[in-house]
Amino acid sequence: MAPVVENKWATKGSTPKALEREPLVLNQRSLGWISDRVASIVEGPTPKWWWPAFLISASVAGMMFAMIGYLISTGVGVWGLNQPAGWAWDITNFVFWIGIGHAGTLISAILFLLRQKWRTSINRAAEAMTLFAVACAGIFPLVHVGRVWLAPIFLAPVPNGNGLWPQFRSPLLWDVFAVSTYGTVSLLFWYVGLIPDLATMRDRATSKVRKFAYGFFALGWTGSNRHWSNYEKAYLLLAGLSTPLVLSVHSIVSFDFAVSQVPGWHTTIFPPYFVAGAIFSGFGMVLTLMIPIRTLFGLEDLITVRHVDLMGKVVLATGSIVAYAYGMEFFIAWYGGNPNELYAFKNRAFGPYWWAYWSMISCNVICPQLFWFKTIRTNLVAVFIISIFVNIGMWFERFVIIVTSLHRDYLPSSWGYFSPTYVDILTFVGSFGLFCTLFLLFMRFLPMIAIAEVKGVTPQADPHHPLGGAKGGHH
Amino acid sequence: MSKPYGVIAEFDTPADVMAAARAVNAAGFKSWDVHTPFPVHGMDEAMGIKNSPVGWFTFIGGVCGYTGGMLMIWFQNAVDYRIIVGGKPLFSPLFAFPVSYEMTILFASFATIFGMLFLNGLPRLHHPLLRNRRFAQVTHDKFYVVIETADSKYSETETRKLLETAGSKHIEQVEE
Repeated sequence: MAPVVENKWATKGSTPKALEREPLVLNQRSLGWISDRVASIVEGPTPKWWWPAFLISASVAGMMFAMIGYLISTGVGVWGLNQPAGWAWDITNFVFWIGIGHAGTLISAILFLLRQKWRTSINRAAEAMTLFAVACAGIFPLVHVGRVWLAPIFLAPVPNGNGLWPQFRSPLLWDVFAVSTYGTVSLLFWYVGLIPDLATMRDRATSKVRKFAYGFFALGWTGSNRHWSNYEKAYLLLAGLSTPLVLSVHSIVSFDFAVSQVPGWHTTIFPPYFVAGAIFSGFGMVLTLMIPIRTLFGLEDLITVRHVDLMGKVVLATGSIVAYAYGMEFFIAWYGGNPNELYAFKNRAFGPYWWAYWSMISCNVICPQLFWFKTIRTNLVAVFIISIFVNIGMWFERFVIIVTSLHRDYLPSSWGYFSPTYVDILTFVGSFGLFCTLFLLFMRFLPMIAIAEVKGVTPQADPHHPLGGAKGGHH
Repeated sequence: MSKPYGVIAEFDTPADVMAAARAVNAAGFKSWDVHTPFPVHGMDEAMGIKNSPVGWFTFIGGVCGYTGGMLMIWFQNAVDYRIIVGGKPLFSPLFAFPVSYEMTILFASFATIFGMLFLNGLPRLHHPLLRNRRFAQVTHDKFYVVIETADSKYSETETRKLLETAGSKHIEQVEE
């Protein structure tokens, strides 16, 4: 008979306690508390600050539409761009907004595939941010074409009056497909995630109008497990589709520049560099939005300091990739031995737009490095301020790439200097108005935290956990 | 009066409803379901549900999107109106790839969602369960096993007894 080997680590009579992770929902909130807390924001009275915020945002958005009306009725000459800088604030704003959207998809799709359960309490609002950012982004390329009424012929694959089709060798057309697919799939993904929560809103509704409106969009959801089975598979597949999509969108946006032959644009580092920058800027915007929201609506138990800490780490990681890309661009400009390329980069840092370049470096390279310190990552005021700098820096990055490359290219006789007009400035400011208007409406009418998903990551939801009703013996 | 649709049994925790689901499955019912506020991990296996076939819709959608994209570009730029740009070939799968790639994702996403809704029989704006007041808690914090009268094994007394033994504290009949 073999001798029994005593395991000195084993505790007799009880299984060793597994290391518990920090809970995602604080204070051991019940399942019902989660739906009560999130739904009451929508069901309760309108907060006092909401109406002033909404009216200001809507007026600012109205100003943007007035500016666009002026642009369309007069011509693109009302903007400051002209030869040699044929693209300026319009495309800067487009890339800026589309980049912001990327954080929402990263949170909803990539973090889902990586099983980062903390994403559940921020994904709904981040995806809404994506949609509204894409809406703001889409306006600029649409109106910058000049004759907007002909846009369907430039953009959609339909022949013009001469039977001529769009030219698919152009990255600009790839971009049309990338951005419109991105907007559509983001909307679908967001809506699929909303279905169970709309059913919650329907079942809680007290008025007929609410019951009908939420019930209509909930599509008759009953929480059936046979439905959940297909639903979860569809959600997983959509996450799997959105991941290559989000990576491709900013890659294709970067092709708008990289496929051309302008010094400063024609570089192979652009796709990964643009994607990292997009995620960096998007997380900046998520933090800018979430930090006030969690306080305003009392969601501290759902959007915890740990969430802010983790997002700070993502900002640090992507900010460092961006910093590396800035350095590598300079290195290749020198190492590549092309005098035009080298001049473009010297001109960026020390030419007439030096102020834009160094604003970008301060905001994007220096600022996020503060996130190496946990005390800063968990200090909400500090994170909020840094997130604003990230937003500013990433706008400057696109301005630097676009305008400093265009304003001085091969022919010194055609060099110039771009300055924005008031129409440029007010249109850009107005796009923030549109973004805020849409976000305020979202907060007022839809559950801004994914109720069913947050429930699913609590211990009460786990049938093998004592809080989920498991009886003895289980871990 | 309307005829009964089925019987619903309420449970408080995911572990309880999972144990009940195992019992109902073992008893050989076919027209029954478990309703939960969120997807409960392991419930598919407890109910004996096979892997969802949604992926087939996704795959077919993706294939259609990709081939559709390639054919569209080939037809438009190389057949219907040939445009020569910079001496490049009239068609090449390389320049057609980004657009076809996006169309793959677009079509696959639509197919996934419509496939999921089709398999679930949704949208459905009317359902006997949605008229039951108690059942409204299914989207809040309660868990239900629902057995339809349409099931051949259904009997008013026996089925109720099975659900009681499974530990349900509230069982009621739902009208059609």
